[in-house]
Amino acid sequence: MIYLQLFFEYFKIGLFAVGGGQATIPFLVDLSEKTGWYTLEELANMIAVSESTPGPIGVNMSTYVGYKIAGLFGSVVASMGLILPSLISILIIAIFLEKFKESKGVKKAFYGIRPASTGLIAAALFTLLRLCLVNEAAFSLSGNIADLFNIKYLIFFAAMMALMNVKKIKDLHPICFVAFAAIIGIIFKF
Amino acid sequence: MSELLNLFTSFAKIGALTFGGGPAMLPMLERELVQKRSWVSEEEILDYFAIGQCTPGIIAVNTATLVGQKRKGIIGGIVATLGIVFPSIVIIDIIAALLSNFASIAAVQNAFAGIRVCVCALVLNALFKLAKKSVKDVWTAVIFAATAVCTVVFDISPIVYVLVSAVLGILIKNFLAKPKAEKEGKK
Repeated sequence: MIYLQLFFEYFKIGLFAVGGGQATIPFLVDLSEKTGWYTLEELANMIAVSESTPGPIGVNMSTYVGYKIAGLFGSVVASMGLILPSLISILIIAIFLEKFKESKGVKKAFYGIRPASTGLIAAALFTLLRLCLVNEAAFSLSGNIADLFNIKYLIFFAAMMALMNVKKIKDLHPICFVAFAAIIGIIFKF
Repeated sequence: MSELLNLFTSFAKIGALTFGGGPAMLPMLERELVQKRSWVSEEEILDYFAIGQCTPGIIAVNTATLVGQKRKGIIGGIVATLGIVFPSIVIIDIIAALLSNFASIAAVQNAFAGIRVCVCALVLNALFKLAKKSVKDVWTAVIFAATAVCTVVFDISPIVYVLVSAVLGILIKNFLAKPKAEKEGKK
């Protein structure tokens, strides 16, 4: 029964992949080798599609893999398998948290956790910035400092930062900026 | 019932409008949940992000479950979670069925290069707002900087940072915060 197997495999991934969609990729490589459901080239394409479509990347990938293997119903089964372990564990934590939220110990702990959480976001942003604004490969080839930075992207980044802090404009829904950026990307062939 | 519907549509909207996973979701969460609905505070977004780092599964899904549960109990958690995955399932199924070469279309690649730069700027803005709420004194500034630098430099699971900072939070509040206040008093 392919649906049951698909559900079970994804349930395992959902249970053991801690820390976001990117964390599921090593498990998907294993799954490809174990089951032969898709090749590594197909997986690379699925990752590319998942990263360039809206929504959580982990769910995008489970949907894609599920569809490849067992069609529409397969995609639903795989995604439900992926989210079920976190749904169960988070519901337990949420109920626990509700009870202890007002306790002094928990409040003190969160006083420490919040800046750490902000630090983790800053580190993730650093990785994001490095990936999209800096061209390390070209720099290591030529050694020319001008090749290190992608000037077009840097200017656009600075322009977007400025735009997002202009009165009235900054209250626009973030999707307006995203749509604008997509158009700029197409027009200026980013 | 209408509250459940609101949970579903809000999270479906977040799912449909978030490009790029992980921190890219923060600006949308902030907009929909903090500014528009006032369902949670900026501080709670940070708490949920930290919890999401330590628990199995995808952070976006974890956040949806936590917010949904807070609003409407277990059913709310389930409905919000289904909301955030719903657009993904629809969009990816359409692409998988019709456009398997989607990611290699030149216009798509150009658009996404532009979107990635924009997402960086959006996340940086969100980070400023979150830092204002969480970095309040010298201690929290040190925890923030140490976590950010160590995460970039070392390959240690985020769970370690969350647990260590929780212990630090308790220690600082119990032993250090008071002497510091006295010192400031003397000055």
